[in-house]
Amino acid sequence: MTEVTSRRAFLAQGLVTGAAVTIAGAARSETPDPLITQVQPWAQGLGDGVDASPYGLPIEYEADVIRRNVEWLTADTISSVNFTPIHALDGTITPQGCAFERHHSGAIEIKKEDYRLMINGMVERPLVFTYADLERFPRENHVYFCECAANTGMEWAGAQLNGAQFTHGMIHNMEYTGVPLRTLLEEAGYDTTGKWVFIEGADASSNGRSIPMEKALDDVLVAFKANGEALRKEHGYPVRLVVPGWEGNMWIKWIRRIEVMDGPVESREETSKYTDTLADGISRKWTWAMDAKSVVTSPSPQAPITHGKGPLVISGLAWSGRGAIKRVDVSKDGGKTWETSRLAKPGEKMALTRFYLDTDWDGEEMFLQSRAIDETGYVQPTKTQLREVRGENSVYHNNCIQTWWVRPNGEAENVEVS
Amino acid sequence: MSKFLKIMATLGVLATPAMSEPLGLGRTALPEEIAAWNLDVSPDGTGLPPGSGDVLTGEEVFAGKCASCHGDFAEGVDNWPKLAGGWDTLARKDPVKTVGSYWPYLSTTWDYVNRSMPFGNAQSLDPDEVYAIVAYILYSNDLVDDDFVLSDQDFAEFEMPNADGFIVDDRMETEFPKWVGEPCMKDCKDSVKVTMRAMVLDVTPEEASAETAEIVVAEAEELVPEPEVASVDPDLVAAGEKVFGKCKACHQVGDGAKNRSGPMLNGVFGREAGAVDGFKYSNPLMAQAEEGLVWNDETLTGFLAAPRSYIKGTKMSFAGLKKDEDIEAVIAYLTTFPDP
Repeated sequence: MTEVTSRRAFLAQGLVTGAAVTIAGAARSETPDPLITQVQPWAQGLGDGVDASPYGLPIEYEADVIRRNVEWLTADTISSVNFTPIHALDGTITPQGCAFERHHSGAIEIKKEDYRLMINGMVERPLVFTYADLERFPRENHVYFCECAANTGMEWAGAQLNGAQFTHGMIHNMEYTGVPLRTLLEEAGYDTTGKWVFIEGADASSNGRSIPMEKALDDVLVAFKANGEALRKEHGYPVRLVVPGWEGNMWIKWIRRIEVMDGPVESREETSKYTDTLADGISRKWTWAMDAKSVVTSPSPQAPITHGKGPLVISGLAWSGRGAIKRVDVSKDGGKTWETSRLAKPGEKMALTRFYLDTDWDGEEMFLQSRAIDETGYVQPTKTQLREVRGENSVYHNNCIQTWWVRPNGEAENVEVS
Repeated sequence: MSKFLKIMATLGVLATPAMSEPLGLGRTALPEEIAAWNLDVSPDGTGLPPGSGDVLTGEEVFAGKCASCHGDFAEGVDNWPKLAGGWDTLARKDPVKTVGSYWPYLSTTWDYVNRSMPFGNAQSLDPDEVYAIVAYILYSNDLVDDDFVLSDQDFAEFEMPNADGFIVDDRMETEFPKWVGEPCMKDCKDSVKVTMRAMVLDVTPEEASAETAEIVVAEAEELVPEPEVASVDPDLVAAGEKVFGKCKACHQVGDGAKNRSGPMLNGVFGREAGAVDGFKYSNPLMAQAEEGLVWNDETLTGFLAAPRSYIKGTKMSFAGLKKDEDIEAVIAYLTTFPDP
């Protein structure tokens, strides 16, 4: 193996301080810590007044916890994607400001006053709603994950991007407030012989998708708030579709029209894209549900271990588009042996679940993996298992087990193992 | 009451799905409104407006409006989508998925071109232009001859080569049974070897640590010069930024702006034409540049109003800005990006 130089100066710095902590029990310090013995400026002077930041941003020391783009993936940033910094977050709720973005013709701006939502097609009463109309329907709150079908897609051919943000960051998890799509369909008097709804956005791409009526009537939301506040423009302000457990492309942003139809439109986004080509050249379509999946977010390439051996919190996220997460196992040896992790809370349907493995690191190399099991009993497969069924030409729906190679110095790398 | 509800009430089967009484919210959508938005076209041709277009017309329209991203022969420029070629590649490694090799329905192409293209100027094509472009895309895929005419009349008869290349999601049958059940916990494999490493490939974007980011911010604040031109109207600049939405598909401005299918535009105002390093301009534009063309209020106004008549043969496939105030605004916006 060739030695790879670390690209991160901060890691080296962390290791210097971390190296001292080697024995069990609290470490001893030779000299008093001036941060304690000397009066610090923040303990003496005054901080900012209440209105220093009428809408607050994270403190400057967190300036690296941001969405990032992989420039070579797309022709330009208007029709592109960036990634949630999942390696630096904890808990399950994704703050809107760092939740990944995917646009097909850029993030547009529509005022609430200019917003219109039409329902037409096989309905008794074709209707137009304003934003204010939507707020008058009974509404619900639900936490759901939204994962792009292409999340981890760059890893099909082999380990490629070095960081959980880039391999697994096309996901976010928010609490949505909205009106069930079913309520709006009933308001328009939908024809029950209509088996599909076609839903499109107001942006130039329109990103229209056909959704079977059964799902539309089940749990789809027309949402206007996320995590308590208005949607961000990059997530579809003022109104977006929420399609629990199904691929992010169907979560139409800036939703402007719902058409009840007797067949699918077979739009660009459901034929030429978001279809999965198998080894024999035949492609699967309508692969809507996101299979159970998990990833260790820390330690990971962007979140190395900086404290040396001893107590270590291994943490990660798990989710399934087919229900709640029941269990997550973690392996430190590349899948030879597994330990069942602790779930921070019992898994919720179609929402992110946080898992922890509180462990004692011996300072030796690890091949860290996690494996999710959902309420259907489905166990997250390895990449080899996926390739056996799907071949190597797939892009979307890669829910394979991820491996991080953690070295004795705490650095981690995205690798593929036998 | 709808016919459906009447039947349900008569039968007394108001079970699932129980229709709740309408709240009477919203208003009736007018036929004109539905016509304006209900643009989708289904595989059987439902939704197509009357019209037709031939390959040769399509070639001309494509060259003017599509080729800057998709290439003259629909082969795709840089990372922009390839629309032609890729025959017999679907079962190979790295399949090339084009309209000809992959798309199962012709309606999808018509619908997408009509609804969302050209990139940055959507819904600007008339139906005949869309028919012609689609005819040309078929021609560039060797699916029709050069005398082919596509119209709403014969549209549904056209079968795409990969129409039978799709199956409905079968994961619950082909995958679920394999991977359900209690998994192995101990002695699950004999050995673990690294077979591939991301750092060897080295394609991950570099990232600055928080510390570096702070330093960059601090320096940038110190370096910001006092604005020299105080007379640029901020409202006009803001309006110009909106207009620039039409240009963004091909042109970048601001920090880190790069050449795309058009040159980057930092410092374009007041600069001689054809002067951005690394951009391959058209010969007609370079000829004008040699004659001393400089981009100022007058020349930019002329060019932006009608690019292809101002410089015949320019690569810029943009119809032009119709409103004088849009031109004025976008020029004001461009002046806010000096050459770094």
